[in-house]
Amino acid sequence: MTDRVPILKIGDVLLVSIQVDLEDQMVMDLQEDLSQRIVDTGAHGVVIDISALEIVDSFVGRMLATIAAISRVLGAETVVVGMRPAVAMTLVELGLSLGGVRTALNLEQGIGALRRTRDQGPVGR
Amino acid sequence: MTSGVGPVEESAAEEAPIVANADVVKARQMVRALAQQARLSLVDQTKLVTAASELARNTLTYGGGGHMRMSIVSRGGKTGVRVAFRDEGPGIPDLDLALTDGWSSGRGMGLGLSGARRLADEFELVSEPGKGTHVVVVKWAR
Repeated sequence: MTDRVPILKIGDVLLVSIQVDLEDQMVMDLQEDLSQRIVDTGAHGVVIDISALEIVDSFVGRMLATIAAISRVLGAETVVVGMRPAVAMTLVELGLSLGGVRTALNLEQGIGALRRTRDQGPVGR
Repeated sequence: MTSGVGPVEESAAEEAPIVANADVVKARQMVRALAQQARLSLVDQTKLVTAASELARNTLTYGGGGHMRMSIVSRGGKTGVRVAFRDEGPGIPDLDLALTDGWSSGRGMGLGLSGARRLADEFELVSEPGKGTHVVVVKWAR
């Protein structure tokens, strides 16, 4: 039995704030839970706050990319916010640049980016 | 054992089993604490912990479990952290191939070994089919 990452709804945005060192099973559960919540709520955006994460390894990096891809298919844009500078430097050296994932410096900018996307209509569709 | 000049002195050695997902998390926390003790910079701590996370997961996923041994090392006035993972799993038949970016035997992204090697200052990999795998990373304080 592992803990689950809470998913909060604020307007039409789902907020995932990762506050603990993630076990692999929690990462898998989060993918499933979030996909279901997007469908249940019709959310247009997902913000994943990783400011508390001290490291992002290839497993978590892949999870972020997968979540962004799944969300897009379900009609929601994902923005990853709050990555620490040391984490960013390590991720790039590891070989993961998160090319398909939108990022913003903090929660406020992330929500702002989603709002602009929504107001302009989805990009590329 | 380790390449470089002069003998290596070792202290604060600790061992931990890697047999479940929770052990990967615990290994990360242990390596973080030791890296702080050895006064690695925040970026170097992050790189070492990330490398250890990749290797711990490999030990669990591909090696069928094993153990980690970590210590503070010093050589010629430098201080660093050495982290070693050992398993008795099936081993790696082609080491060069396993160290290629993007190559994966199936489940990962193929960045575990090659990424860990890039993140560490020293990297050593010994593996033989049927005899398990032993992989060592060292990160020196600057």
